[in-house]
Amino acid sequence: MPQASELEQRIATALPGARVNVEDLTGGGDHFRAEIVSDRFEGLSRIEQHRLVYDVFGDDIGGAIHALSIKTSTPGATA
Amino acid sequence: MTNDEIRSFIENAIKENKVMLFMKGVPHQPACGFSARTAGALNALGVQYAALDILPDPRIREELSGLSGWPTIPQLFVDGELVGGSDIVMEMFESGELAELLGAEPPAEPFEPEPQPEPVQRPIGLENRLD
Repeated sequence: MPQASELEQRIATALPGARVNVEDLTGGGDHFRAEIVSDRFEGLSRIEQHRLVYDVFGDDIGGAIHALSIKTSTPGATA
Repeated sequence: MTNDEIRSFIENAIKENKVMLFMKGVPHQPACGFSARTAGALNALGVQYAALDILPDPRIREELSGLSGWPTIPQLFVDGELVGGSDIVMEMFESGELAELLGAEPPAEPFEPEPQPEPVQRPIGLENRLD
């Protein structure tokens, strides 16, 4: 069962310099929420930003990771 | 249906319906909190949309994700283009971009996303115990 910290690490490795926070929403290791701030998202549409994150996990999305809710932003646009 | 038939059914659905939602369950009876929120946002804008339940056959989701390159459900398409899943749709709903994209009036009343169903937690117990 994946841990939030493991997801955080995988995203941080794939997107160096990103600020990543992953929460396990149910405590059950299958519903996660990830908030990611990265300059890699600069100039990308939301779809492209989320795809970058999904790509980190490949087939684990819908598999071991049942659901991953994503919020992306760029360092300049942090609310 | 063969996989190819499923894929072309999906392609046609996206092409022929200006607003096309692929979801778990149906709009009046969503089978997942993410699908419920996405359908709820469209309902709140009062736009007409076609919806397809992906649950009846696992190949629907496989073919859809193969086509869109998007791994999760729901998926909203507008004018043949993938807009996003529930996170993106909700962000766009809240910012007013979704209303703009769909040419709808933003709702007068704020839309409360449906709460995620709480997992049912019951103590371990036997029903109909036999003496």
